[in-house]
Amino acid sequence: MNYLVGLLSVVFFILAIAVISKSLKLNKNLSGENESDSALDSHNNTNAVGFLLFWLFGTIAGVWSFIHAQPDFLPEAASEHGVRTDSMFWISMAIVTLAFFITNSLLFFFAFRYRNDNNRKATFYPVNHKLEIVWTIIPAIVMAILVFTGWRTWRDITSQAPSNAVVIEVTGHQFGWYVRYAGNDDSQLGNVNYKLIDETNNLGLDFSDKNTFDDFTANELHLPKGVPVLLKIRAQDVLHSVYLPFQRVKMDAVPGMPTKFWFTPTISTDEMRAKLGKKDFNFKLNCTEICGRGHFGMAITVFVDEPADFKKWTSEQKPFLTMNPAYLTKVPENLKAKASKYIPAEPIATDSTGTEAVSIK
Amino acid sequence: MSTAISTTEEVHAHGHDHDHDHEHEHHELGFIRKYIFSEDHKTIAKQYLISGILWAFIGGSLSIIFRLQLGFPDMSLEWLRPILGEWIDESGKLDKEFYLALVTMHGTIMVFFVLTAGLSGTFSNFLIPLQIGARDMASGFINMLSYWFFALSSVIMFSSLFIETGPASGGWVIYPPLSALPQAMPGSGLGMTLWLTSMALFIVSQLMGGINYICTIINLRTRGMTFTKMPLTIWSFFFTAVLGLLSFPVLLSAALLLIFDRSFGTSFYLSEIYIQGQALPNMGGSPILYQHLFWFLGHPEVYIVLLPALGMTSEVIATNARKPIFGYRAMIGSMMGITVLAFIVWAHHMFVTGMNPFLGSVFMFLTLIIAVPSAVKGFNYITTLWKGNIVFTPAMLFSIGLVSLFISGGVTGIILGNSALDINLHDTYFVVAHFHLVMGAASFFGLMAGVYHWFPKMFGRMMNKTAGYIHFWLTFVGVYAVFFPMHYTGIAGFPRRYYSFTALGNDGEAAFTDLNAFISVAAIITFSAQAIFFFNFFYSIFKGKRATQNPWKSNTLEWTTPIVPGHGNWEGEIPAVYRWPYDYSKPGAESDFIPQTVPHSATPESNLPEENDEIAKEKDIEGLLAAQNESYNR
Repeated sequence: MNYLVGLLSVVFFILAIAVISKSLKLNKNLSGENESDSALDSHNNTNAVGFLLFWLFGTIAGVWSFIHAQPDFLPEAASEHGVRTDSMFWISMAIVTLAFFITNSLLFFFAFRYRNDNNRKATFYPVNHKLEIVWTIIPAIVMAILVFTGWRTWRDITSQAPSNAVVIEVTGHQFGWYVRYAGNDDSQLGNVNYKLIDETNNLGLDFSDKNTFDDFTANELHLPKGVPVLLKIRAQDVLHSVYLPFQRVKMDAVPGMPTKFWFTPTISTDEMRAKLGKKDFNFKLNCTEICGRGHFGMAITVFVDEPADFKKWTSEQKPFLTMNPAYLTKVPENLKAKASKYIPAEPIATDSTGTEAVSIK
Repeated sequence: MSTAISTTEEVHAHGHDHDHDHEHEHHELGFIRKYIFSEDHKTIAKQYLISGILWAFIGGSLSIIFRLQLGFPDMSLEWLRPILGEWIDESGKLDKEFYLALVTMHGTIMVFFVLTAGLSGTFSNFLIPLQIGARDMASGFINMLSYWFFALSSVIMFSSLFIETGPASGGWVIYPPLSALPQAMPGSGLGMTLWLTSMALFIVSQLMGGINYICTIINLRTRGMTFTKMPLTIWSFFFTAVLGLLSFPVLLSAALLLIFDRSFGTSFYLSEIYIQGQALPNMGGSPILYQHLFWFLGHPEVYIVLLPALGMTSEVIATNARKPIFGYRAMIGSMMGITVLAFIVWAHHMFVTGMNPFLGSVFMFLTLIIAVPSAVKGFNYITTLWKGNIVFTPAMLFSIGLVSLFISGGVTGIILGNSALDINLHDTYFVVAHFHLVMGAASFFGLMAGVYHWFPKMFGRMMNKTAGYIHFWLTFVGVYAVFFPMHYTGIAGFPRRYYSFTALGNDGEAAFTDLNAFISVAAIITFSAQAIFFFNFFYSIFKGKRATQNPWKSNTLEWTTPIVPGHGNWEGEIPAVYRWPYDYSKPGAESDFIPQTVPHSATPESNLPEENDEIAKEKDIEGLLAAQNESYNR
């Protein structure tokens, strides 16, 4: 393929030079001092026809390429709000494509139709207030409708998360995502403090907060289907952005400023696999804010489970404190009793909670 | 340039008696003062233009290198090692950080150095004095400084391409903390320092230029050149200068605070950061603050780039359609509307940055309002072509191309400006396609239209037209072939600034392998096609056919100067202006154009009823001559 490109560019370059030298020569031969100085030349009609051909082939290429690319667009949205924004997207797209097509067609058609003709004179037509008012008002009305529907959707998407929402924390770092759940006993995420971060406690969990004790972390994001999920989003070093393409979720992760996004997944991983006929299909969480060398590979796998499966999965997860009992020393005296119930009788092997990004070579 | 004479000399030659109490400079300027440290607006314009062309070549080449990576991810780039050296890794691939550096520098160079300096710098300088009838800019000295600050800034930015840690790599928006912390990526070290230094100088240059443009337009119009008789080019340069003057200082403050954060331990943008095994002491800063400051310039910048292109296109389209521009006042009004609205739409770049969603709603409303004046402009261009008698000069072709690109790129702005839809499209190729069409390609076409149209005035020679046609068609087809398919990858959710798309998972990248290769090939062809322009431009400067007085039969004042205007532009008196610049194909008139210098009293056969009232004012306009000469003689 690279040879092809190289060859193409070389061929093209030679062609270009040939064309120039030829036309320059031609020009030299023609450029007698007495030559008419008109800006018009014999190519005027060619250029006019060019616009018509451009319109024709452009339309064909546009339609063909759209039909060709369409199967590879993101499939049906896998979240409640995503279905809404998708349908709004395609409606807006239809409106703007119509405007795009009509205006471009007029432009190219007029260019062709009103090409120079020495027997004709252009029409002196400097202004028409009625026309101007009409085409100011029509876009204004269309915009107003689009803005209003867009605003209502935006307002609903960004409203307060329902009280039954499952709270999950996602933290971006160079180059991966940490996922933390509020635990099986309380549904409260404990505090974190970036100054407490160390090699094992890579979220900076604050063990002076009793809500932290049952929090557990994961290498992948599990979401319950049909239940509102509130993502609490953090970043540790630079900006990142949580992007769940299929759930149509995107929100920046900002160091020092927690952000959030709530949504309701509607299609489970299994259903999506069946729908797409791909047995190994998985949802992904990607990064969409430039964050350095490994930006493009900063992804983890997302599983949308049936609510029962989700419950089962969470109940199998062990709190961070259970996995790393050494952190009991960080718990203040008055909470030690509470915390020690998470400490297993037999110490188990420590485990790093770090999530690995897709390997970056 | 034998016609170079100082203004004082000229006024003197025309026999106005005044006291000779000041020194007259009769000597010829030396080479350095004439071509290098020149205060002549025409020379400065050419300096900007040639710098802009060189920068465009560099900026374009960078994009070709990263397009090779995107289009042919498996290709060995070993053959680039002689140029890129260590930036090609052991496996023959582009280094991942250098990929980001390429993207960053491509954006920076194209937006600031090519489309701001190369476009607005060239044509504001060249056309303002010539089209309003002034001998030069209000301050030739500041104008010269403006170029040389730009040149200095260029040298610094250029040198950053060659340092070991690489140039700035955090995207052209250089969002902190990535850009503030050298430990986050190597490009945030010396490369970012040079970027910030260069941009600070660039902003100084822009401000000096902008002040000059505004002063000149307000104060130095020739007699009779009222605001409503100014060509739309001048209006567009005026609004551009106002935009730049009010928004560039904000970028400077954003950059200064970033410099403080980087070098002096402040925490304007930094808070609670743990990086490379180390918790930084910074607390309480906000990366969002930077984004607000950046986009307060960043969005007006889009119009700083685009308005001059639209202004020049208005002029070229009217001239070559042999028709007045449709809705002259509506055009001014919509440009004014765009200028005002440009300042209050910036946060539509930030819908999903964690900014308060209510603020998002406000900015969505304001953003979609700006679509209305833009639509009006599009309709007016199309109506100007309607029933015209179109001469397809290369400039006209590029202008029509601009209108098409402006529409095609503009309509998707309606989708991106809708915050609910922006959630999924933000930072995908849909955005890349949108702004490359509406701002990048459209402005580039405006630049090309301007060069082809005013080349005869700049160099006294014509560019080869046939080569111009070929250049246009290859570029026009090429630009659509590159950017139209990008919408598709955007709808498929491909994020921008990705070195490769494998991590999207599920073989998602495979579906668009061919398309990405196609885009890259189209980009290479389009870029190569610019060689035609390059040769044509430099060849024609020296060997082109000699230009005639008014090759496009245009109405505006610049075509009343000598074919190669000397210092001071007009050899005799500056001509007076009696009419608007768009009297093309006026019913009753003999010729199909009536230059602005022709009084209505000379054209009774074609005057509209209300224009007969203008005849009475001609005496007043003539009466201003003495005052005008006096002002130059002061």
